[in-house]
Amino acid sequence: MNEDTILLAHGSGGKLSHDLVQQTLVPLLSNPLLDRLDDCAVFDLSGRLAFTTDSYVVSPIFFPGGDIGKLAVCGTVNDLAMSGARPLYLTLSFVIEEGFALGGLKQIVASIREAAAEAGVKVVAGDTKVVNRGGADGIFINTSGIGLVPHGVDISGANARPGDKVILSGPVGDHGVAVMSRRQGLEFSVPVDSDCAPLNHLVAEMLGASPNIHCLRDPTRGGLVSSLNELAQQSGVGIRIEEARVPVREAVQAACELLGFDPLYVANEGKLVAVVAPEDAERVLAAMKGNRYGAQAAIIGEVTAQHPGRVVMKTLLGASRLLDMLVGELLPRIC
Amino acid sequence: MRYVDEYRDPELGKRLVDRIHKLSTRPARIMEFCGGHTVTIFKHGIRQLLPPTVEMLSGPGCPVCVTANAELDKAIALAKEPGVILATFGDMLKVPGSRSSLQQAKAEGGDIRVVYSTRDALAMARDNPDKRVVFLGIGFETTAPTVAASVLQAEAEAIHNYFVLPLHKLCPPVIKALLDSGEVRLDGLICPGHVSAVIGSRPWGFIPTGYGIGCVVSGFEPLDILLSVEMLVAQVERGEPKVEIAYRRGVKPEGNPQALRLMATVFEESQATWRGIGTVPQSGLKLREKYRSFDAEAQFQIDPGPTLEPAGCLCGDILRAVKTPLDCKLFRRVCTPEHPVGPCMVSSEGSCAAYYQYGADHE
Repeated sequence: MNEDTILLAHGSGGKLSHDLVQQTLVPLLSNPLLDRLDDCAVFDLSGRLAFTTDSYVVSPIFFPGGDIGKLAVCGTVNDLAMSGARPLYLTLSFVIEEGFALGGLKQIVASIREAAAEAGVKVVAGDTKVVNRGGADGIFINTSGIGLVPHGVDISGANARPGDKVILSGPVGDHGVAVMSRRQGLEFSVPVDSDCAPLNHLVAEMLGASPNIHCLRDPTRGGLVSSLNELAQQSGVGIRIEEARVPVREAVQAACELLGFDPLYVANEGKLVAVVAPEDAERVLAAMKGNRYGAQAAIIGEVTAQHPGRVVMKTLLGASRLLDMLVGELLPRIC
Repeated sequence: MRYVDEYRDPELGKRLVDRIHKLSTRPARIMEFCGGHTVTIFKHGIRQLLPPTVEMLSGPGCPVCVTANAELDKAIALAKEPGVILATFGDMLKVPGSRSSLQQAKAEGGDIRVVYSTRDALAMARDNPDKRVVFLGIGFETTAPTVAASVLQAEAEAIHNYFVLPLHKLCPPVIKALLDSGEVRLDGLICPGHVSAVIGSRPWGFIPTGYGIGCVVSGFEPLDILLSVEMLVAQVERGEPKVEIAYRRGVKPEGNPQALRLMATVFEESQATWRGIGTVPQSGLKLREKYRSFDAEAQFQIDPGPTLEPAGCLCGDILRAVKTPLDCKLFRRVCTPEHPVGPCMVSSEGSCAAYYQYGADHE
């Protein structure tokens, strides 16, 4: 028996399961609520709660700038943060394919610990299942998160008003390009790390500058354009952005040119879009620039009463074009 | 980014637009042959910047779009053969054939894998000696040399489980067919940049001499297109049609001799069927007799069944530039990138996809 890999027995609920939890998971993620190892975590909370869940199936599991563990924490923390909530507690469920390297799992748990520590959240409950070889692709993770929305904060995709400014926290496309560059079959490497990061402290600082932020969204799958379209549709407003103002790293731009992708549609895991009233925009922008995850923030456009539900971009040459939702998967072009 | 930013420079772009406005007094109908150019034009909103005298038409230069249904059906049937891995460029996956698409065939268990180059497909053959790897040879003169190189490499390494389904098409003959049909009146043609990088600018010579239409080979950045339009407008104003290159960083008059040699070694010209245009002599490539053992068409018994064309789809007319996507009753209503009826909505370089994606009808 190979002791360095995950076996079906690790998920059976017996001795190996117990050892895995006790020796690998709990010590790294230790906190008083988790350490009790009861069937559920029990705690007091009062106020307006934010509650969300997400499953992570990224391939490859380890990518430049992060891994599935870091992603599983940041993704859920960011979903909470986008409602203005202060994230507090996470649950953590693994579905692991038989034969997965134990060392890999330990590395993932270490990433989870590090990301949770940075975000200031605690993993308070968890579960581990092991499925037959072929039943999963290495490892899948689900996290759920709960947080508290501060008094006076009302953030929703439906709150954008004509005249509002649209702020982007930094260059787009890093995560998608970093992951794609490691996908099988791509014969080039790109000096780009995933931007995967917890954004809750950035959001807290933005709310410190103005509690009256109208919308927040993290442009993950589907990229910046999909998030802007969601906001335009939810709020029943138009959005106009300027191509020249949207920051894109040169290496990301180059990789996208090569693959035939548009960076505006490529996934991010550490960026946010904020819609704020014009009188608050500069203050919020200044607060963002003071945070490491918002250092390159920029006002990229504004909300309009024209073309409700649609996003239009002023191109570099001064013409305008529609930015429609991403349809289907990004596929490479052939010539 | 070098070689990109300077070709998107807003100031230089404005200067070119101003020059075109000052220069243009006569009507100039200009077709961009290549789907890559169509994308640049829509992505940067170039049509909006041009004077009313300059009319832009999109041509058939999208390899995915011009692949006939019968050819697609063949690829789909091949993908269902036991022990076959069909290696294809990603663009082809969603294109609907007569009854199915490669994407559907994949969902039904066909082993279809997206590759980024023929080298990936060759590696697949090396790594799976018990499988037969068929590379779907789609594309113009741009991709044909790399396919030729893969066949020579397979021969050199004695890889006997690598095959090519040769569906390559050649651009100059189809442009000739288009002009001979008399359906479209043109004053200028923006010739494909990467095709010309391989074949050079000389093969376009018959267009000004035989048809009195100016030709400019263009690159794929917005300033490349604007410069090409300016050069064509100047030709129209002077009444002196000729072949010019606006893409000197990529194209020489004589082309790429090495790539041409590779193509000529492995392929010979053959008749090809183009969607919307029909059968055009000498407009396709087939493997020479010597390389027959790599020819999927010769080595597999394929029965794709009868060919069906989707009702109401105007892709054929759109490819010949006699209709635009906005003329199609299916456009945006029934036919969308999610549920494409015809190939022009699937390919990233298809006219319908460009109209849809970049909202030619948004204002």
